[in-house]
Amino acid sequence: MTTLAPAVTAPKPLTLRVRRWFLRHPAAARLGVVVILFVIWEIAARFFVDPNFLSPPSRVIVSIDDVLATQGVPQALRVTFYELAVSFVLAVVLGVILGLSIGLGRFAHRSFMPIILLLYGTPQITILPIFVLLFGIGPASKIAFGVSHGVFPVTILVAAGVQNIKPIYLVSARSMGASRWHILRHVIFPHMIPSFFTSMRLAMTGVLLGVLLAELYVSTAGIGYFTSVFTQDFDPTKLIGLVSILAAMAVVLNEVVRRAELHYGRWRS
Amino acid sequence: MTAGRAKGWNDRTLSRLVQLGFAVVLLLAWYLAATWGQVSHLLLPNPVEVWHQFIGILASGEFLPDLRVTLTELAVAFAISTSLGISTGYFVSRSPYAIKVFEPLFAGIFSIPIILFLPLYVLFFGLGPASKIALGATISFFPIVLNTIAGFGNVDRVLTTAARSMGASNLQMFRHVLLPAALPVVLAGLRMGFTVALLSIIGSETIASLAGLGHRIVNLAENMDMARMFAYIAFVVAIAAFLNAAVSALEARGRR
Repeated sequence: MTTLAPAVTAPKPLTLRVRRWFLRHPAAARLGVVVILFVIWEIAARFFVDPNFLSPPSRVIVSIDDVLATQGVPQALRVTFYELAVSFVLAVVLGVILGLSIGLGRFAHRSFMPIILLLYGTPQITILPIFVLLFGIGPASKIAFGVSHGVFPVTILVAAGVQNIKPIYLVSARSMGASRWHILRHVIFPHMIPSFFTSMRLAMTGVLLGVLLAELYVSTAGIGYFTSVFTQDFDPTKLIGLVSILAAMAVVLNEVVRRAELHYGRWRS
Repeated sequence: MTAGRAKGWNDRTLSRLVQLGFAVVLLLAWYLAATWGQVSHLLLPNPVEVWHQFIGILASGEFLPDLRVTLTELAVAFAISTSLGISTGYFVSRSPYAIKVFEPLFAGIFSIPIILFLPLYVLFFGLGPASKIALGATISFFPIVLNTIAGFGNVDRVLTTAARSMGASNLQMFRHVLLPAALPVVLAGLRMGFTVALLSIIGSETIASLAGLGHRIVNLAENMDMARMFAYIAFVVAIAAFLNAAVSALEARGRR
Protein backbone atom coordinates (compact mmCIF):
# COMPACT_ATOMS: atom_id res chain seq x y z
CA MET A 1 0.00 0.00 0.00
CA THR A 2 2.52 2.54 1.10
CA THR A 3 4.68 1.71 -1.83
CA LEU A 4 1.82 2.06 -4.27
CA ALA A 5 0.60 5.45 -3.14
CA PRO A 6 3.39 7.51 -4.62
CA ALA A 7 2.95 5.75 -7.94
CA VAL A 8 -0.73 6.70 -8.07
CA THR A 9 -0.15 10.35 -7.27
CA ALA A 10 2.97 10.50 -9.35
CA PRO A 11 3.65 14.24 -9.53
CA LYS A 12 2.77 15.59 -12.90
CA PRO A 13 5.05 18.16 -14.42
CA LEU A 14 4.43 21.53 -12.87
CA THR A 15 3.70 23.26 -16.18
CA LEU A 16 0.93 20.78 -16.91
CA ARG A 17 -0.65 21.32 -13.53
CA VAL A 18 -0.47 25.08 -13.93
CA ARG A 19 -2.08 24.74 -17.35
CA ARG A 20 -4.84 22.53 -15.97
CA TRP A 21 -5.51 24.97 -13.20
CA PHE A 22 -5.79 27.87 -15.63
CA LEU A 23 -8.03 25.80 -17.90
CA ARG A 24 -10.39 25.25 -15.01
CA HIS A 25 -10.30 28.90 -13.95
CA PRO A 26 -10.80 31.16 -16.98
CA ALA A 27 -11.34 34.11 -14.64
CA ALA A 28 -7.80 33.71 -13.35
CA ALA A 29 -6.48 33.65 -16.90
CA ARG A 30 -8.46 36.79 -17.62
CA LEU A 31 -6.88 38.44 -14.62
CA GLY A 32 -3.52 37.28 -15.96
CA VAL A 33 -4.19 38.98 -19.29
CA VAL A 34 -5.05 42.21 -17.51
CA VAL A 35 -1.91 41.98 -15.38
CA ILE A 36 0.24 41.37 -18.47
CA LEU A 37 -1.29 44.41 -20.16
CA PHE A 38 -0.50 46.52 -17.12
CA VAL A 39 3.06 45.21 -17.05
CA ILE A 40 3.51 46.11 -20.74
CA TRP A 41 2.12 49.55 -20.02
CA GLU A 42 4.45 49.95 -17.06
CA ILE A 43 7.54 48.90 -19.03
CA ALA A 44 6.60 51.02 -22.04
CA ALA A 45 5.96 54.07 -19.91
CA ARG A 46 9.12 53.67 -17.84
CA PHE A 47 11.61 53.01 -20.59
CA PHE A 48 10.25 53.85 -24.01
CA VAL A 49 7.67 56.61 -24.08
CA ASP A 50 8.22 60.30 -23.42
CA PRO A 51 7.09 60.89 -19.80
CA ASN A 52 5.28 64.02 -20.96
CA PHE A 53 2.70 61.81 -22.64
CA LEU A 54 2.40 58.58 -20.73
CA SER A 55 2.97 57.72 -17.16
CA PRO A 56 3.35 54.22 -15.69
CA PRO A 57 0.38 52.73 -13.84
CA SER A 58 2.32 52.41 -10.59
CA ARG A 59 2.86 56.15 -10.52
CA VAL A 60 -0.77 56.79 -11.49
CA ILE A 61 -2.06 54.70 -8.60
CA VAL A 62 0.23 56.44 -6.14
CA SER A 63 -0.84 59.81 -7.47
CA ILE A 64 -4.58 59.27 -7.09
CA ASP A 65 -4.34 60.79 -3.61
CA ASP A 66 -2.61 63.74 -5.21
CA VAL A 67 -5.35 64.14 -7.79
CA LEU A 68 -8.02 64.09 -5.10
CA ALA A 69 -6.05 66.64 -3.11
CA THR A 70 -5.86 69.04 -6.07
CA GLN A 71 -7.79 72.17 -5.35
CA GLY A 72 -11.31 71.77 -6.73
CA VAL A 73 -11.17 68.17 -7.94
CA PRO A 74 -13.41 66.63 -5.23
CA GLN A 75 -15.88 69.42 -5.85
CA ALA A 76 -15.71 68.74 -9.60
CA LEU A 77 -16.35 65.02 -9.04
CA ARG A 78 -19.35 65.93 -6.90
CA VAL A 79 -20.66 68.27 -9.62
CA THR A 80 -20.27 65.59 -12.28
CA PHE A 81 -21.95 62.99 -10.11
CA TYR A 82 -24.79 65.41 -9.40
CA GLU A 83 -25.22 66.07 -13.14
CA LEU A 84 -25.28 62.33 -13.83
CA ALA A 85 -27.82 61.65 -11.09
CA VAL A 86 -30.19 64.46 -12.04
CA SER A 87 -30.12 63.71 -15.75
CA PHE A 88 -30.53 59.99 -15.12
CA VAL A 89 -33.64 60.56 -13.00
CA LEU A 90 -35.05 63.08 -15.47
CA ALA A 91 -34.35 60.80 -18.44
CA VAL A 92 -36.05 57.82 -16.78
CA VAL A 93 -39.09 59.79 -15.59
CA LEU A 94 -39.60 61.58 -18.90
CA GLY A 95 -38.92 58.40 -20.85
CA VAL A 96 -41.46 56.39 -18.87
CA ILE A 97 -44.13 59.07 -19.30
CA LEU A 98 -43.44 59.35 -23.04
CA GLY A 99 -43.12 55.60 -23.47
CA LEU A 100 -46.39 54.89 -21.68
CA SER A 101 -48.31 57.51 -23.59
CA ILE A 102 -46.91 56.27 -26.89
CA GLY A 103 -47.08 52.60 -26.10
CA LEU A 104 -50.60 52.46 -24.72
CA GLY A 105 -52.32 53.55 -27.90
CA ARG A 106 -51.95 51.60 -31.09
CA PHE A 107 -52.44 54.70 -33.20
CA ALA A 108 -50.12 56.86 -31.09
CA HIS A 109 -47.52 54.14 -31.33
CA ARG A 110 -47.67 53.97 -35.08
CA SER A 111 -47.68 57.75 -35.48
CA PHE A 112 -45.05 58.83 -33.01
CA MET A 113 -42.69 55.89 -32.75
CA PRO A 114 -41.01 56.69 -36.10
CA ILE A 115 -40.46 60.26 -34.89
CA ILE A 116 -38.83 59.02 -31.68
CA LEU A 117 -36.69 56.54 -33.60
CA LEU A 118 -35.65 59.28 -36.02
CA LEU A 119 -34.65 61.56 -33.15
CA TYR A 120 -32.80 58.72 -31.46
CA GLY A 121 -30.94 58.01 -34.67
CA THR A 122 -29.68 61.54 -35.29
CA PRO A 123 -26.16 62.27 -34.06
CA GLN A 124 -27.01 64.53 -31.16
CA ILE A 125 -23.42 65.56 -30.71
CA THR A 126 -23.92 68.00 -33.59
CA ILE A 127 -26.38 70.05 -31.54
CA LEU A 128 -24.18 70.19 -28.45
CA PRO A 129 -23.23 73.84 -29.19
CA ILE A 130 -26.94 74.72 -29.20
CA PHE A 131 -27.37 73.13 -25.78
CA VAL A 132 -24.51 75.22 -24.49
CA LEU A 133 -26.00 78.40 -25.96
CA LEU A 134 -29.42 77.62 -24.51
CA PHE A 135 -28.40 76.38 -21.07
CA GLY A 136 -25.07 78.07 -20.49
CA ILE A 137 -21.74 76.51 -19.66
CA GLY A 138 -22.78 75.40 -16.18
CA PRO A 139 -24.27 72.08 -15.05
CA ALA A 140 -27.63 72.80 -16.72
CA SER A 141 -26.33 72.17 -20.23
CA LYS A 142 -24.69 68.90 -19.13
CA ILE A 143 -27.89 67.74 -17.49
CA ALA A 144 -29.95 68.65 -20.55
CA PHE A 145 -27.53 66.93 -22.91
CA GLY A 146 -27.46 63.84 -20.70
CA VAL A 147 -31.27 63.75 -20.67
CA SER A 148 -31.38 64.08 -24.44
CA HIS A 149 -29.15 61.00 -24.71
CA GLY A 150 -30.92 58.98 -22.05
CA VAL A 151 -34.57 59.68 -22.69
CA PHE A 152 -34.98 57.98 -26.07
CA PRO A 153 -33.88 54.45 -25.20
CA VAL A 154 -36.18 54.56 -22.17
CA THR A 155 -39.10 55.76 -24.29
CA ILE A 156 -38.52 53.13 -26.95
CA LEU A 157 -38.10 50.23 -24.55
CA VAL A 158 -41.00 51.18 -22.29
CA ALA A 159 -43.26 51.59 -25.33
CA ALA A 160 -42.09 48.22 -26.64
CA GLY A 161 -42.64 46.65 -23.22
CA VAL A 162 -46.19 47.95 -23.09
CA GLN A 163 -46.90 46.88 -26.65
CA ASN A 164 -45.63 43.37 -26.06
CA ILE A 165 -48.20 42.51 -23.41
CA LYS A 166 -50.29 39.64 -24.67
CA PRO A 167 -53.69 41.09 -25.57
CA ILE A 168 -55.37 38.18 -23.80
CA TYR A 169 -54.25 39.54 -20.43
CA LEU A 170 -55.76 42.93 -21.16
CA VAL A 171 -58.97 41.41 -22.48
CA SER A 172 -59.37 39.05 -19.55
CA ALA A 173 -58.63 41.80 -17.03
CA ARG A 174 -61.19 44.02 -18.70
CA SER A 175 -63.78 41.27 -18.89
CA MET A 176 -63.32 40.68 -15.16
CA GLY A 177 -64.25 44.31 -14.67
CA ALA A 178 -60.87 45.92 -14.08
CA SER A 179 -60.84 49.68 -14.34
CA ARG A 180 -58.28 51.55 -16.41
CA TRP A 181 -56.18 52.18 -13.30
CA HIS A 182 -56.44 48.55 -12.23
CA ILE A 183 -55.19 47.40 -15.60
CA LEU A 184 -52.28 49.82 -15.42
CA ARG A 185 -51.45 48.85 -11.87
CA HIS A 186 -51.86 45.07 -12.03
CA VAL A 187 -51.29 44.10 -15.65
CA ILE A 188 -49.22 46.69 -17.45
CA PHE A 189 -46.78 47.74 -14.73
CA PRO A 190 -45.72 44.24 -13.72
CA HIS A 191 -45.17 43.39 -17.37
CA MET A 192 -43.12 46.49 -17.94
CA ILE A 193 -40.64 45.71 -15.18
CA PRO A 194 -38.06 43.76 -17.22
CA SER A 195 -38.03 46.22 -20.10
CA PHE A 196 -38.07 49.07 -17.60
CA PHE A 197 -34.86 47.89 -15.97
CA THR A 198 -33.23 47.20 -19.33
CA SER A 199 -34.16 50.73 -20.31
CA MET A 200 -32.60 52.04 -17.09
CA ARG A 201 -29.34 50.37 -18.06
CA LEU A 202 -29.43 51.93 -21.53
CA ALA A 203 -30.40 55.26 -20.00
CA MET A 204 -27.33 55.06 -17.78
CA THR A 205 -25.10 54.40 -20.79
CA GLY A 206 -26.67 57.31 -22.65
CA VAL A 207 -26.57 59.70 -19.72
CA LEU A 208 -22.92 58.91 -19.04
CA LEU A 209 -22.11 59.55 -22.69
CA GLY A 210 -24.10 62.79 -22.88
CA VAL A 211 -22.87 64.28 -19.63
CA LEU A 212 -19.24 63.37 -20.26
CA LEU A 213 -19.35 64.70 -23.83
CA ALA A 214 -20.78 67.99 -22.61
CA GLU A 215 -18.25 68.10 -19.79
CA LEU A 216 -15.35 67.57 -22.16
CA TYR A 217 -16.73 70.13 -24.61
CA VAL A 218 -16.87 73.04 -22.19
CA SER A 219 -16.84 73.11 -18.45
CA THR A 220 -16.24 75.59 -15.68
CA ALA A 221 -16.66 73.48 -12.57
CA GLY A 222 -16.94 69.83 -13.55
CA ILE A 223 -14.46 67.18 -14.50
CA GLY A 224 -14.04 68.48 -18.03
CA TYR A 225 -12.34 71.59 -16.69
CA PHE A 226 -9.67 69.53 -14.96
CA THR A 227 -9.10 67.13 -17.84
CA SER A 228 -8.30 70.10 -20.07
CA VAL A 229 -6.09 71.67 -17.38
CA PHE A 230 -4.11 68.46 -16.94
CA THR A 231 -3.84 67.99 -20.71
CA GLN A 232 -2.51 71.50 -21.19
CA ASP A 233 -0.03 71.00 -18.34
CA PHE A 234 1.25 67.77 -19.95
CA ASP A 235 0.60 66.03 -16.67
CA PRO A 236 -0.35 62.51 -17.79
CA THR A 237 -0.09 61.09 -14.28
CA LYS A 238 -2.90 63.24 -12.95
CA LEU A 239 -4.90 63.02 -16.17
CA ILE A 240 -4.85 59.23 -16.22
CA GLY A 241 -5.63 59.21 -12.50
CA LEU A 242 -8.65 61.45 -12.97
CA VAL A 243 -9.88 59.50 -15.99
CA SER A 244 -9.49 56.25 -14.04
CA ILE A 245 -11.55 57.63 -11.17
CA LEU A 246 -14.27 58.59 -13.65
CA ALA A 247 -14.08 55.24 -15.41
CA ALA A 248 -14.42 53.50 -12.06
CA MET A 249 -17.44 55.67 -11.31
CA ALA A 250 -18.98 54.75 -14.68
CA VAL A 251 -18.30 51.05 -14.13
CA VAL A 252 -19.91 51.14 -10.67
CA LEU A 253 -22.98 53.01 -11.92
CA ASN A 254 -23.36 50.62 -14.88
CA GLU A 255 -22.94 47.63 -12.61
CA VAL A 256 -25.59 48.89 -10.16
CA VAL A 257 -28.18 49.19 -12.94
CA ARG A 258 -27.11 45.89 -14.49
CA ARG A 259 -27.55 44.10 -11.17
CA ALA A 260 -30.96 45.70 -10.77
CA GLU A 261 -31.87 44.54 -14.26
CA LEU A 262 -30.79 40.97 -13.56
CA HIS A 263 -32.56 40.95 -10.22
CA TYR A 264 -35.89 42.38 -11.35
CA GLY A 265 -35.96 40.73 -14.74
CA ARG A 266 -35.81 37.28 -13.20
CA TRP A 267 -39.37 36.82 -12.07
CA ARG A 268 -40.78 36.04 -15.48
CA SER A 269 -38.45 33.32 -16.62
CA MET B 1 -71.06 59.67 -42.71
CA THR B 2 -67.82 61.17 -41.45
CA ALA B 3 -67.30 58.20 -39.17
CA GLY B 4 -67.68 55.88 -42.12
CA ARG B 5 -65.20 57.89 -44.13
CA ALA B 6 -62.74 57.95 -41.25
CA LYS B 7 -62.96 54.21 -41.01
CA GLY B 8 -62.51 53.87 -44.74
CA TRP B 9 -59.26 55.77 -44.45
CA ASN B 10 -56.24 53.68 -44.20
CA ASP B 11 -54.84 53.81 -40.70
CA ARG B 12 -51.41 54.05 -42.18
CA THR B 13 -52.05 57.21 -44.16
CA LEU B 14 -53.57 58.74 -41.05
CA SER B 15 -50.38 57.99 -39.13
CA ARG B 16 -48.33 59.52 -41.92
CA LEU B 17 -50.54 62.60 -41.79
CA VAL B 18 -49.96 62.91 -38.06
CA GLN B 19 -46.21 62.68 -38.62
CA LEU B 20 -46.36 65.23 -41.41
CA GLY B 21 -48.51 67.50 -39.24
CA PHE B 22 -45.98 67.20 -36.43
CA ALA B 23 -43.18 68.32 -38.73
CA VAL B 24 -45.25 71.16 -40.16
CA VAL B 25 -46.29 72.40 -36.72
CA LEU B 26 -42.69 72.28 -35.56
CA LEU B 27 -41.47 74.25 -38.57
CA LEU B 28 -44.33 76.72 -38.28
CA ALA B 29 -43.69 77.24 -34.55
CA TRP B 30 -40.02 77.78 -35.32
CA TYR B 31 -40.84 80.28 -38.08
CA LEU B 32 -43.37 82.18 -35.96
CA ALA B 33 -41.13 82.24 -32.91
CA ALA B 34 -38.18 83.46 -34.96
CA THR B 35 -40.15 86.04 -36.92
CA TRP B 36 -42.55 87.54 -34.41
CA GLY B 37 -41.58 86.01 -31.10
CA GLN B 38 -39.31 87.59 -28.56
CA VAL B 39 -36.69 84.90 -29.06
CA SER B 40 -33.21 86.23 -29.64
CA HIS B 41 -31.76 85.67 -33.09
CA LEU B 42 -28.66 84.33 -31.37
CA LEU B 43 -30.64 81.38 -30.07
CA LEU B 44 -33.10 80.75 -32.85
CA PRO B 45 -32.31 81.94 -36.37
CA ASN B 46 -35.05 82.34 -38.92
CA PRO B 47 -35.72 79.07 -40.75
CA VAL B 48 -35.86 80.89 -44.09
CA GLU B 49 -32.39 82.26 -43.53
CA VAL B 50 -31.17 78.82 -42.45
CA TRP B 51 -32.55 77.41 -45.68
CA HIS B 52 -30.76 80.06 -47.75
CA GLN B 53 -27.52 79.30 -45.94
CA PHE B 54 -28.05 75.60 -46.49
CA ILE B 55 -28.49 76.11 -50.22
CA GLY B 56 -25.48 78.43 -50.22
CA ILE B 57 -23.32 75.85 -48.50
CA LEU B 58 -24.34 73.15 -50.94
CA ALA B 59 -23.92 75.40 -53.99
CA SER B 60 -20.53 76.82 -53.06
CA GLY B 61 -19.11 73.43 -52.16
CA GLU B 62 -17.29 74.98 -49.21
CA PHE B 63 -18.18 71.95 -47.11
CA LEU B 64 -15.90 69.72 -49.18
CA PRO B 65 -12.61 70.12 -47.25
CA ASP B 66 -14.31 69.49 -43.90
CA LEU B 67 -16.33 66.61 -45.27
CA ARG B 68 -13.19 65.07 -46.72
CA VAL B 69 -11.38 65.29 -43.38
CA THR B 70 -14.26 63.70 -41.50
CA LEU B 71 -14.85 60.95 -44.04
CA THR B 72 -11.15 60.12 -44.26
CA GLU B 73 -10.93 59.81 -40.50
CA LEU B 74 -14.03 57.65 -40.52
CA ALA B 75 -12.75 55.39 -43.29
CA VAL B 76 -9.33 54.86 -41.70
CA ALA B 77 -10.78 54.32 -38.22
CA PHE B 78 -13.36 51.87 -39.51
CA ALA B 79 -10.79 49.98 -41.58
CA ILE B 80 -8.54 49.60 -38.53
CA SER B 81 -11.30 48.51 -36.18
CA THR B 82 -12.82 46.14 -38.75
CA SER B 83 -9.59 44.33 -39.53
CA LEU B 84 -8.47 44.15 -35.90
CA GLY B 85 -11.94 43.39 -34.56
CA ILE B 86 -12.78 40.62 -37.00
CA SER B 87 -9.39 38.90 -36.84
CA THR B 88 -9.24 39.10 -33.03
CA GLY B 89 -12.83 37.97 -32.74
CA TYR B 90 -12.32 35.06 -35.11
CA PHE B 91 -9.24 33.74 -33.33
CA VAL B 92 -10.86 34.11 -29.91
CA SER B 93 -13.98 32.34 -31.11
CA ARG B 94 -11.97 29.25 -32.21
CA SER B 95 -11.60 28.07 -28.63
CA PRO B 96 -14.37 28.02 -26.01
CA TYR B 97 -11.71 28.63 -23.41
CA ALA B 98 -10.47 31.78 -25.13
CA ILE B 99 -14.08 32.98 -25.36
CA LYS B 100 -14.43 32.53 -21.61
CA VAL B 101 -11.21 34.43 -21.00
CA PHE B 102 -11.58 37.33 -23.43
CA GLU B 103 -15.28 37.88 -24.03
CA PRO B 104 -16.04 39.26 -20.53
CA LEU B 105 -12.93 41.41 -20.78
CA PHE B 106 -14.10 43.06 -24.01
CA ALA B 107 -17.67 43.35 -22.75
CA GLY B 108 -16.43 44.98 -19.55
CA ILE B 109 -14.34 47.57 -21.37
CA PHE B 110 -17.23 48.17 -23.77
CA SER B 111 -19.42 49.26 -20.85
CA ILE B 112 -17.06 52.11 -19.99
CA PRO B 113 -17.82 55.32 -21.90
CA ILE B 114 -14.57 55.36 -23.89
CA ILE B 115 -15.10 58.98 -24.86
CA LEU B 116 -13.70 59.64 -21.36
CA PHE B 117 -10.26 58.78 -22.67
CA LEU B 118 -10.45 61.49 -25.34
CA PRO B 119 -8.13 63.81 -23.35
CA LEU B 120 -5.55 61.01 -23.25
CA TYR B 121 -5.88 60.46 -26.98
CA VAL B 122 -5.46 64.16 -27.63
CA LEU B 123 -2.38 64.14 -25.42
CA PHE B 124 -0.86 61.16 -27.30
CA PHE B 125 -1.92 61.89 -30.85
CA GLY B 126 -2.36 65.65 -30.93
CA LEU B 127 -5.28 67.74 -32.10
CA GLY B 128 -5.15 66.53 -35.71
CA PRO B 129 -6.91 63.63 -37.40
CA ALA B 130 -4.75 60.99 -35.68
CA SER B 131 -6.50 61.32 -32.33
CA LYS B 132 -9.94 61.07 -33.98
CA ILE B 133 -8.90 58.01 -35.94
CA ALA B 134 -7.47 56.34 -32.85
CA LEU B 135 -10.54 57.10 -30.76
CA GLY B 136 -12.98 56.06 -33.46
CA ALA B 137 -11.06 52.83 -34.04
CA THR B 138 -10.99 52.06 -30.32
CA ILE B 139 -14.67 52.72 -29.79
CA SER B 140 -15.84 50.77 -32.82
CA PHE B 141 -13.47 47.87 -32.14
CA PHE B 142 -15.60 46.58 -29.27
CA PRO B 143 -18.99 46.02 -30.91
CA ILE B 144 -17.21 44.44 -33.89
CA VAL B 145 -15.08 42.06 -31.84
CA LEU B 146 -17.96 41.13 -29.52
CA ASN B 147 -20.30 40.36 -32.41
CA THR B 148 -17.61 38.43 -34.27
CA ILE B 149 -17.05 36.28 -31.19
CA ALA B 150 -20.79 35.79 -30.79
CA GLY B 151 -21.23 34.99 -34.47
CA PHE B 152 -18.41 32.50 -34.91
CA GLY B 153 -18.67 31.14 -31.39
CA ASN B 154 -22.32 30.18 -31.54
CA VAL B 155 -22.39 28.21 -34.77
CA ASP B 156 -24.69 25.25 -34.30
CA ARG B 157 -22.66 22.16 -33.31
CA VAL B 158 -24.82 19.94 -35.49
CA LEU B 159 -23.75 21.88 -38.57
CA THR B 160 -20.04 21.77 -37.81
CA THR B 161 -20.11 18.10 -36.83
CA ALA B 162 -22.08 17.18 -39.94
CA ALA B 163 -19.68 19.09 -42.19
CA ARG B 164 -16.65 17.51 -40.50
CA SER B 165 -18.06 13.99 -40.77
CA MET B 166 -18.72 14.58 -44.45
CA GLY B 167 -15.05 15.40 -44.78
CA ALA B 168 -15.03 19.17 -45.14
CA SER B 169 -11.58 20.72 -45.19
CA ASN B 170 -10.80 23.67 -42.97
CA LEU B 171 -11.27 26.06 -45.84
CA GLN B 172 -14.55 24.48 -46.92
CA MET B 173 -15.66 24.52 -43.33
CA PHE B 174 -14.99 28.22 -43.09
CA ARG B 175 -16.44 29.10 -46.46
CA HIS B 176 -19.60 27.03 -46.39
CA VAL B 177 -20.48 26.54 -42.73
CA LEU B 178 -18.92 29.06 -40.37
CA LEU B 179 -19.12 32.14 -42.56
CA PRO B 180 -22.78 31.85 -43.59
CA ALA B 181 -23.79 31.06 -40.01
CA ALA B 182 -21.85 33.93 -38.49
CA LEU B 183 -22.33 36.56 -41.17
CA PRO B 184 -25.61 38.15 -39.95
CA VAL B 185 -24.26 38.70 -36.44
CA VAL B 186 -20.90 39.95 -37.71
CA LEU B 187 -22.60 42.35 -40.10
CA ALA B 188 -24.78 43.70 -37.29
CA GLY B 189 -21.59 44.29 -35.33
CA LEU B 190 -20.01 46.09 -38.26
CA ARG B 191 -23.06 48.32 -38.59
CA MET B 192 -22.98 49.16 -34.88
CA GLY B 193 -19.25 49.78 -35.12
CA PHE B 194 -19.73 52.09 -38.06
CA THR B 195 -22.40 54.10 -36.27
CA VAL B 196 -20.38 54.56 -33.09
CA ALA B 197 -17.25 55.37 -35.10
CA LEU B 198 -19.13 58.11 -36.93
CA LEU B 199 -20.56 59.48 -33.69
CA SER B 200 -17.28 59.43 -31.83
CA ILE B 201 -15.39 61.05 -34.70
CA ILE B 202 -17.87 63.90 -35.03
CA GLY B 203 -17.93 64.13 -31.23
CA SER B 204 -14.18 64.35 -30.85
CA GLU B 205 -14.05 66.90 -33.66
CA THR B 206 -16.58 68.94 -31.72
CA ILE B 207 -14.56 68.74 -28.52
CA ALA B 208 -10.99 69.24 -29.71
CA SER B 209 -9.84 69.48 -33.31
CA LEU B 210 -8.40 71.56 -36.10
CA ALA B 211 -10.67 70.56 -38.98
CA GLY B 212 -13.69 68.49 -39.88
CA LEU B 213 -17.45 68.91 -39.80
CA GLY B 214 -17.71 68.89 -36.01
CA HIS B 215 -15.01 71.51 -35.85
CA ARG B 216 -16.84 73.67 -38.36
CA ILE B 217 -20.04 73.60 -36.30
CA VAL B 218 -18.19 74.63 -33.14
CA ASN B 219 -16.37 77.34 -35.02
CA LEU B 220 -19.65 78.80 -36.27
CA ALA B 221 -21.14 78.57 -32.78
CA GLU B 222 -18.22 80.48 -31.35
CA ASN B 223 -18.62 83.16 -34.01
CA MET B 224 -22.34 83.34 -33.21
CA ASP B 225 -23.14 82.70 -36.87
CA MET B 226 -26.29 80.86 -35.94
CA ALA B 227 -28.12 80.52 -39.25
CA ARG B 228 -25.02 79.06 -40.84
CA MET B 229 -24.47 76.76 -37.87
CA PHE B 230 -28.02 75.41 -38.08
CA ALA B 231 -27.52 74.83 -41.78
CA TYR B 232 -24.31 72.92 -41.09
CA ILE B 233 -26.02 70.87 -38.39
CA ALA B 234 -28.75 69.94 -40.86
CA PHE B 235 -26.04 69.04 -43.38
CA VAL B 236 -24.18 66.80 -40.93
CA VAL B 237 -27.38 65.13 -39.77
CA ALA B 238 -28.28 64.45 -43.39
CA ILE B 239 -24.81 63.02 -44.11
CA ALA B 240 -25.01 60.81 -41.01
CA ALA B 241 -28.51 59.63 -41.90
CA PHE B 242 -27.37 58.85 -45.44
CA LEU B 243 -24.29 56.93 -44.26
CA ASN B 244 -26.27 54.96 -41.69
CA ALA B 245 -28.97 54.13 -44.21
CA ALA B 246 -26.32 53.02 -46.71
CA VAL B 247 -24.67 50.77 -44.12
CA SER B 248 -28.02 49.30 -43.09
CA ALA B 249 -28.83 48.61 -46.73
CA LEU B 250 -25.46 46.93 -47.22
CA GLU B 251 -26.09 44.86 -44.11
CA ALA B 252 -29.51 43.76 -45.35
CA ARG B 253 -27.93 42.85 -48.70
CA GLY B 254 -25.19 40.87 -47.05
CA ARG B 255 -27.63 38.92 -44.93
CA ARG B 256 -29.45 37.42 -47.87
